[in-house]
Amino acid sequence: MAGMIEVHNLSKTFATKDADVEALQNINLSIQEGDIYGIIGMSGAGKSTLVRCLNFLERPTAGTVEIEGKDLSTLSEKELRAKRAEIAMIFQHFNLLMQKNVIDNICFPLLYGGVGKKDGGRRGTMSKKDARKRAQELLEIVGMTEKAEAYPAQLSGGQKQRVAIARALAANPKILLCDEATSALDPQTTQSILQLLKQINREYGITIVIITHEMSVVREICSHVAIIGGGHLVEQGKVADVFSHPKTKEAKELIVKGRGEERRTLEGHQKDLMKGKCCIRIVFSVNSSFEPVIANMVLKFGQPINILRADTKNVEGIARGEMILSLPDDVQMQKDMKAYLMERGLAVEEVDGYVD
Amino acid sequence: MWTSETALMMWVGVKETLMMTVLSTIFGYLLGLPMGIALAVTDVDGIKPNAIVYKVLDVIANIVRSIPFLILLMLLMPVTKVIVGKSYGTTATIVPLTIAAAPFIGRMIESSINEVDRGVIEAAQSMGASTMMIIVRVMLVEARTSILVGVTIALGTILGYSAMAGIVGGGGLGDIAMRYGYYRYEADIMIVAVVLLVVLVQIFQTLGMRMSVKLDRRKR
Repeated sequence: MAGMIEVHNLSKTFATKDADVEALQNINLSIQEGDIYGIIGMSGAGKSTLVRCLNFLERPTAGTVEIEGKDLSTLSEKELRAKRAEIAMIFQHFNLLMQKNVIDNICFPLLYGGVGKKDGGRRGTMSKKDARKRAQELLEIVGMTEKAEAYPAQLSGGQKQRVAIARALAANPKILLCDEATSALDPQTTQSILQLLKQINREYGITIVIITHEMSVVREICSHVAIIGGGHLVEQGKVADVFSHPKTKEAKELIVKGRGEERRTLEGHQKDLMKGKCCIRIVFSVNSSFEPVIANMVLKFGQPINILRADTKNVEGIARGEMILSLPDDVQMQKDMKAYLMERGLAVEEVDGYVD
Repeated sequence: MWTSETALMMWVGVKETLMMTVLSTIFGYLLGLPMGIALAVTDVDGIKPNAIVYKVLDVIANIVRSIPFLILLMLLMPVTKVIVGKSYGTTATIVPLTIAAAPFIGRMIESSINEVDRGVIEAAQSMGASTMMIIVRVMLVEARTSILVGVTIALGTILGYSAMAGIVGGGGLGDIAMRYGYYRYEADIMIVAVVLLVVLVQIFQTLGMRMSVKLDRRKR
């Protein structure tokens, strides 16, 4: 089945004075209608360029981008602008008009964007009054009705992103591209924005593409994920699969170690103490949050284990997340413990080099 | 020597100076605004890069700006005569003042627009806004404060230029200061004329800055 977004053999090269920089090479993606598709990679991996290729803010050097079966490169400039109205975008730094209040910002795509411009004219076909009415509805959806007359400078980061989301939804897009939309927000605000995106996906069936460097964002709301490293697409699939069984080095790095800056190096003597320890990574996905899995295991085997890293949370009664454990030295014990964890429905995987 | 006649002369001088300055600024913006927009838009990093258009405007702006105003005034006399019908007097001075101000205004507009956050422009592009809509509804709106500061600077600078117009009988306070102070050694009249010029600049500056601050929505 042809997807909502089909990317074939896409490459993008930037010509600079000294040399050509290949930002993206041979990317193939298929994003289905209704997906929440995460594209994750370290900074500089080319993910921002990729998302800009999806609405042709950047023209690919080679390859094609098809939206609902329509190859964007075949469109005239006018047709492309009309198409862009169907592909909304939100940004890390919100990119609101600072000199316009909230309601005028939301009206912008309706009045001056690419919607309904059949005559190729300079305005959308919507009247100012209708646009304001629509903007009010959107403010309700994002929970910002009382801030209609405020200016962006008077809003917090989370509020600004809500306004940006309302603006993005104004023209009834089919696709919403999110370029690091939560990277400038604190964890709590990130959560609320992600929940809002999820709700939008569910209620309006909008296909969402999320660019991020945070695995937690992907884990939280994405159905599918693609991992970009050094301009290549190194791995893609369902989030659950990629997350439980990462195949490539880049994927493991992103998943096991979290974001780059979280990496820790231990002091010399600590390193020696940890050397040769058997470390495993376990992924929670089906366990009840009310079942103390680790504690039960410790009680059962009567042996202490060391939790090196834990990142779990309760999502609707199910424990989700991951831990990295250091097991006792006894090989038989290690086997038994792994078997015990697997019995409990956890994905278990040996990690070497967690301590390095 | 302070008669009602002198006072009347001063009053006429103020009116002439204001007329020259304000009209030249308005005409200057009629030429300079499109020029500045074109410079910003066709720049390599602009939304519609066009190396040829940019270079042509760039060179024109630099040439006109490097010619001393007094020389430009002389050079443009035939042009002024065609446009106004005569090459001397207050009205005639508006032509060289406008020509001198336009590229300078264009540069200020260019720099004001270049200050606009690229991200906001990108957001408008992502919504399918046309180049024209981005210029009118994003660039000029977001650069409003900076453009108004530019208008204030332009008024002050053009007022300064207008004083030189006395050379060709342009009238205004500068003319009075020159005629009485420089040619007839009547320093008191010269001082009064200069003080009036300073007051005018001060008024423009204060009003302009107040307006630009008042219209800026970026404050909390």
